[in-house]
Amino acid sequence: MAAVPDSAGVDAGRDPAGVDAGRDPAGVVAGRADAQGYAADWARAVRRLGFVPLSVAETERLLLAHTIRLAQAVRAEPFTAHPAEEIGRALVEAHLTEPQALEWTLHALGATFGRRVLCDGERPADLAERIAAVQGGLAAGFARALRDRTFSQQERIARSAWQARDEVEQALRESEERFRAVFTGAAIGIGIAGVDGRIIDVNQAFADMLGYSIEELREINVAALFHADDAAGMWELYQELIEGKHDAARVEKRYHRKDGTVVWTDLAVSLIRHDGRPRFTVAMIEDITERYELQQRLRFQALHDPLTGLPNRTLFFETLGRVLDTADAGQRVGVCFLDLDGFKAINDSLGHDLGDRLLVMIGRRLAACVADHGHLVARMGGDEFVILVDGGDDTDDPVAVAEAALAAVAAPVHVGEHQLAVSASVGIVQCPASETTASELMKAADTTLYWAKAAGRGRWAVYDPERGARDIARSALVAGLPAALERGEFVLHYQPIVSLLEGTMLAVEALVRWEHPELGLIGPDRFIGLAEETGLIVRLGEWVLRQACEDAERWWREFPDARLVVSVNLAARQADEPAIVDTVADALQTSGLPAELLQLELTESAVMGSAGEPLRSLHRLAALGVRLAVDDFGTGYSNLAYLRRLPIHCLKLAGPFVEGIRADGTDVAADHRDERIVDALVRLAHALELWVTAEAVETGVQAERLRALRCDTGQGRYFGAPASADVITARLRGGALA
Amino acid sequence: MPDGLPTEIDLTRPSAARVYDYFLGGAHNFEIDRQLAEQIASMTPNLAATMRSGREFLRRAVRVLLDAGIDQFLDIGSGIPTVGNVHEVAQGVNPKARVVYVDIDPVAVAHSRELLAGNELTGVIHADLREPERILAETRQLGLIDFSRPMGILLAGVVHFIPDADGPEAILATLRAAAAPGSFLVVSHSTFEDQPQEMLDAQRLSARTATEITLRSRAQVTGFFGDWTVLEPGVVHMPLWRPDSPSEVDEHPERFGAFGGVARYDQPAG
Ligand SMILES: C[S@@+](CC[C@H](N)C(=O)[O-])C[C@H]1O[C@@H](n2cnc3c(N)ncnc32)[C@H](O)[C@@H]1O
Repeated sequence: MAAVPDSAGVDAGRDPAGVDAGRDPAGVVAGRADAQGYAADWARAVRRLGFVPLSVAETERLLLAHTIRLAQAVRAEPFTAHPAEEIGRALVEAHLTEPQALEWTLHALGATFGRRVLCDGERPADLAERIAAVQGGLAAGFARALRDRTFSQQERIARSAWQARDEVEQALRESEERFRAVFTGAAIGIGIAGVDGRIIDVNQAFADMLGYSIEELREINVAALFHADDAAGMWELYQELIEGKHDAARVEKRYHRKDGTVVWTDLAVSLIRHDGRPRFTVAMIEDITERYELQQRLRFQALHDPLTGLPNRTLFFETLGRVLDTADAGQRVGVCFLDLDGFKAINDSLGHDLGDRLLVMIGRRLAACVADHGHLVARMGGDEFVILVDGGDDTDDPVAVAEAALAAVAAPVHVGEHQLAVSASVGIVQCPASETTASELMKAADTTLYWAKAAGRGRWAVYDPERGARDIARSALVAGLPAALERGEFVLHYQPIVSLLEGTMLAVEALVRWEHPELGLIGPDRFIGLAEETGLIVRLGEWVLRQACEDAERWWREFPDARLVVSVNLAARQADEPAIVDTVADALQTSGLPAELLQLELTESAVMGSAGEPLRSLHRLAALGVRLAVDDFGTGYSNLAYLRRLPIHCLKLAGPFVEGIRADGTDVAADHRDERIVDALVRLAHALELWVTAEAVETGVQAERLRALRCDTGQGRYFGAPASADVITARLRGGALA
Repeated sequence: MPDGLPTEIDLTRPSAARVYDYFLGGAHNFEIDRQLAEQIASMTPNLAATMRSGREFLRRAVRVLLDAGIDQFLDIGSGIPTVGNVHEVAQGVNPKARVVYVDIDPVAVAHSRELLAGNELTGVIHADLREPERILAETRQLGLIDFSRPMGILLAGVVHFIPDADGPEAILATLRAAAAPGSFLVVSHSTFEDQPQEMLDAQRLSARTATEITLRSRAQVTGFFGDWTVLEPGVVHMPLWRPDSPSEVDEHPERFGAFGGVARYDQPAG
């Protein structure tokens, strides 16, 4: 610790109390020994009785100086109590202010000071009086100083308190000013209202946005700013807010300005509570009129076709969806799906520019012709338009609408220098709103439009659910074909081809059947066309070929003498395949069937190929050793000149010729003609060294006639309906036995 | 005005700083403070003595720091500088010593500013000990204390105002982390250890009237020094901490109900 009292602790020059003891060295020396002890006791007492912000040594040093000075004062001539007053003041300045410490100090002065501090010779005669005067002086100095200090400290603490309060208030004021500046100067409109709706204050921006003055708005109740055309639930939302159910709400709200114009705002309302209870609402509004209008414009653009300005398919489907959702029970909804006939040709020949102008004109006419009824006309894309006929009354007959639309389209159109005659086709669908969906309705309309087109141009067609169902079934079949092939749902039936001369079975025609898991056995007429359209015929045909070869090979092995030929149809698409020769060769090789026991049937058009000249593969197929037959001969355009040069072995006469040869003779003249044609064909064939097979032989009489006409073989119900391979096997066995 | 600090001055309520001043014999207080002080004194007669003893502990501790060459002090919870203020003690020994006072009481702060006006080596910050980062940042801004050199951090009679929920350990750790090696930390803190039951009851009672105080154990107080080296004689009842002279020590040093201790941040070995 710092201050250990040294022996020279009261050395006048270092006296911390600044008492000038040096003026009377004798007295100091005389009093020192006793003064030291007195001062130590004094120091101990003040430290015990009150707080002293000094160390022990410092306290002792201070009080020793005071002791010495008091001793000097008592002895001084002339006597004055003045130094005692100064000591009283000094005690206060050193913070030795504890009342009990003062009490000790005064008491010790009276009781022991004279005895302990003053040597015998130093005591003046009037010591008691002087001590009393010193006591009085010290007390007076102490009291005066303490009063001064108390006043100044009180003053200072009060000043500090006020200053602290000022600072806080100043800060509050400044923050209030800042907020007020924000409030008044904000570009965003701010309004404060009580929960009773009374507007308490608004800023200039708020007033400006609504076109009122601030004072006018202060007169208004919030309720007056709500309107019937506000979005649904807005008023309720506000009610819930002031009830304290929400703390904030944000909506897009339209206000009617004082001048009647409309301003769109982004409105954010917050609830201000006090002690938990709703007290105010603060509304902040931002003028979003421009943004709103832009949005509207963008929305219009998003929902309209830029070329014609008509609603686009998005808006059409939105509207249709809404009509369907909100339709009354039993309300009917109709659509007319319209497509210009031959628009592509117009576009291609006259250019897109004229094509576009044509579309604009058509769009305008369509809109005009339904405008009275308020039907929606939309452009779905390209040259497709759709009219939504959603009303329930009689004038909303979609057929009448379609006819009006067709008439509107049909009037001559002047585009540039051109006068165009345009027609359109319309698919009409109408049904109860509750029974359909938008996509169903449009699918049906699309189908119907296709029917209308297929039926010829410039006409309308009404959706026929049964026909639609067939179409749907058909497409379902198409969709199911590939999987059916995979799963082995196809089977082959064989129809005998019999020698008209001997009655023996010379060949069988392989006919494919589909064992549909749900629909049962399906004949080729229902799916071969589809398979041809989709191209699946190539894979299906290959399967038929390989299966037929296998079956025939079995028959050949089991009944070698029968030399039963298997006749397999080759579709045009299949025959066109470059790989067809390899496929046939492979089927023969894999099965082991001799080539001459395989006959391939091609229609006339297949023989001619897609390039308009006979198929290249024919010669190569013939070179394999297989027989080639022309199927349905006589129905197509047959170039007899070619026939001569082609490696054909057989002609199969088409059914209608054979049908014409009837026994009942109801139309003798016609019969006669058919018979003569068959006769000619047979002669021609034989001249070309071709076999002739008559198809669709139903009766014995027909068979008889055909034999008479020297037809070689016959096929048809009379000789046996198509049957499974087993039946053929049985027949071969029977024949062999016979 | 920093957040978290009072936004209004209520002179109708007593302030801890002014009550403390009264107990030290100052007149920097109002009627309301003196009433509370008398009330506390009547319930806990030792309290005035405790406060004096705390002030004496602070003085002795600052002296020890000065002897160790510390010449910059961060005094948090400094109160109203009645008598024996840190800057008085410090500048009495080293006239170049710098002191930054921090207190949460706006009146104490205003008063300190007034008192210290013209003393360029002292600064006053109005802040809450619960925001040590802010205290450190504002102290740095004042530019009086050089954080790269050792300093004395003084937390005399203030940490017990921080309840456990406010995480006093973390606050202390933040302050320690800001100090350079060779720095000192001074803590005095009220305790329930070695206290008679009546005393504890009275304390609880007084807690109701004045600012709430959290009494802590010696171990907890020692914990506030973290891994710093606690100087002899350790964390002890305040009068026992390096008394001026043995005769000064009260017969019952525990009666003041507060521990004091000083620790030094020794450069980690290696
Ligand atoms: C008992 S006084 C201590 C004064 C001085 N440090 C001493 O020991 O003599 C406690 C001081 O801490 C202050 N105080 C209390 N809580 C505080 C906090 N959270 N942050 C800063 N100061 C606080 C009070 O305003 C009061 O001035």
